[in-house]
Amino acid sequence: MSDPRAPGGAPPSAAGEAGPLPGAPLLEIADLRVAFASEGGVARAVDGVDLAVHGGETVGLVGESGCGKSVTALAILRLVEHPGLIAHGSRVRFEGRDLLALAERDIRAVRGNHLALIPQEPAAALNPVLTVGSQIAEVIRAHQHVTRAVAAWRAVELLTSVGIPDAEKRAGQYAHQLSGGMRQRVLIAIALACGPHLLIADEPTTALDVTIQAEILELLDGLQRRLGMAVLLITHNLALVAERTRRVYVMYAGQIVEEAPTGALFAAPAHPYTQGLMAAVPRADRPAERLAAIPGQVPPATAWPSGCRFHPRCPFAWEKCREEMPPLLPAGEGRSARCWLLAERQGPDAKTPSPQGASGGR
Amino acid sequence: MLTYLLRRLALALATTAAVVTITFALVHLAPGEPFVAGAEDRFVPPETVARLRERFGLDRPLGVQFARYAANLAHGDLGESFARHRPVAAVLAESLPNTLLLGATALVLSLLFGIGLGIAQATRAGTWADSALGALALACYSVPAFWLGLMLLLVFGEWLHWLPVSGMADVTLRVPMDGLRHALDVGRHLVLPALTLALVNGAAVARFHRAAMIEALGADFVRAARARGLGERRVVLRHALRSALAPAITLAGLSVPALLTGSVLVESVFGWPGMGRVAYEAIFARDYNVITAVAVVAGVLVAVGNLLADLGVAAADPRVRRA
Repeated sequence: MSDPRAPGGAPPSAAGEAGPLPGAPLLEIADLRVAFASEGGVARAVDGVDLAVHGGETVGLVGESGCGKSVTALAILRLVEHPGLIAHGSRVRFEGRDLLALAERDIRAVRGNHLALIPQEPAAALNPVLTVGSQIAEVIRAHQHVTRAVAAWRAVELLTSVGIPDAEKRAGQYAHQLSGGMRQRVLIAIALACGPHLLIADEPTTALDVTIQAEILELLDGLQRRLGMAVLLITHNLALVAERTRRVYVMYAGQIVEEAPTGALFAAPAHPYTQGLMAAVPRADRPAERLAAIPGQVPPATAWPSGCRFHPRCPFAWEKCREEMPPLLPAGEGRSARCWLLAERQGPDAKTPSPQGASGGR
Repeated sequence: MLTYLLRRLALALATTAAVVTITFALVHLAPGEPFVAGAEDRFVPPETVARLRERFGLDRPLGVQFARYAANLAHGDLGESFARHRPVAAVLAESLPNTLLLGATALVLSLLFGIGLGIAQATRAGTWADSALGALALACYSVPAFWLGLMLLLVFGEWLHWLPVSGMADVTLRVPMDGLRHALDVGRHLVLPALTLALVNGAAVARFHRAAMIEALGADFVRAARARGLGERRVVLRHALRSALAPAITLAGLSVPALLTGSVLVESVFGWPGMGRVAYEAIFARDYNVITAVAVVAGVLVAVGNLLADLGVAAADPRVRRA
């Protein structure tokens, strides 16, 4: 699924032009499926995801909790644990190699090296009984042939570079001695230790205070510019996506339901789910109406609805939506959405969804 | 840290005082007497018994006896052994080091065995290998220690002739031995009794450590460590193991008194000249002062074991360290 979209058209986002970048994508996911066997049946947490990230760009992956975005991140690194399984036929190409086909020691050489992850929950992702310095140093030593002393030296340098004052002293401390923002900085330092080409940031600011969030994002921005790495930003926070990304994938019930350049997406969301998400965000520039929540709940992964998975909550759903799952349909310049409305549009009395329509659907 | 140690010390003293009182009451209230006219096959004239009872103060009221014992104990005087006609302190000085050697060896072995087995099981959790190893641990834990000791004796001493069956040193080696030869000889004698204790105790450690390891292996930081490209060995032996050590260390500390004084039967089986055997013989001889002294030592060891466990946990886990 390379990205043969027509250039131009979309309004430029905060991250710059949103047209296709030259060359093959750095990361290319095709038909990724992850299933978990549970007592309640088989949960198809990720169900046919296609996604691409080019070198140097920031791409957002947005969705509510439970939509499968974190499982997608783990699947990219092939870290889905029992009882989860990545289905045959799924492909995750990174720098030209299929990560899902690599031998264990080869994928290990990729993890934390050219492909790094900032995990959710900075409080839980650091080992409580090892000093933070040693946790940085061991990543360096796992991927580079350097002595213990050199690795320890670099660990302190990295801590300094992510804005931790008195890094020498902090390197000898444990996670519980650091504040939440400080821990997230340490995790960023660990992720950057080997100069990754792609950084997957899974809810990098969700666990942090608002004031700290801004600092961490500034830090990530600066580092990304300096190091020229690509970032896959996984979040439920639309404001974050609007500010920081170039392109966005919207995920719902294990599938990508919309894909668009960031500016275009926020100007006119094509999928009713995306419209609902945006209507649910409070805005200062609008009169204080009731916030429009999307009616209903995300269905359990063991029992996705028939047809379009959003149809039970969709204000526009009709027969076809209940019976047949829509494919990703073209929705304008460089974008697509998984919605039958786009197929209907060709007809004379096309129901064109609009943000107002989404909120009035209850 | 200092106030913490002082508090622990006060607690240890209180525990020991309680142990002394209860043991004293128990041994005196239990049926039987150290000096009985016509006991066993020897005839002892009643006047002699009366003289002996008077000499050791056993003719006084129990309260007076206790007050006198407590006062002597406070001065570090453990009294005299009725049966051995020697100071109790001298008896303990002979046997306690042997028991400490056996107990410490067994403790180290049981930690190695328990932690190793726990890791082996946790990394295979839910498979047939986990169940098989669990069954092995349960078997070690549930058979009586003395029976396990006898079986080991039978196999390694009697059938294979690999190891000596009894005692602490080879009495037939009359040649004056240098330090190393002597140490090797004691080491050979040490293997079987230490192994017996370690298998029983290590099985308990394994059970706790398996559970702790399974929890640690499922922790976010272990997955994060894998996401950094660390090898599985490192993930298990550094990230998971280090954070899962606390229960094993605590259990080991709590088993210190059991290993040292509870090894009565094992010491008897292997003829190990330790405190367990002294206690065993003292109980049959109604040797009150020796029994009480062993209880005092046990009380002290409980306190020491708890302290060691706390210090060990603090060393392994920085979160519980005091500022």
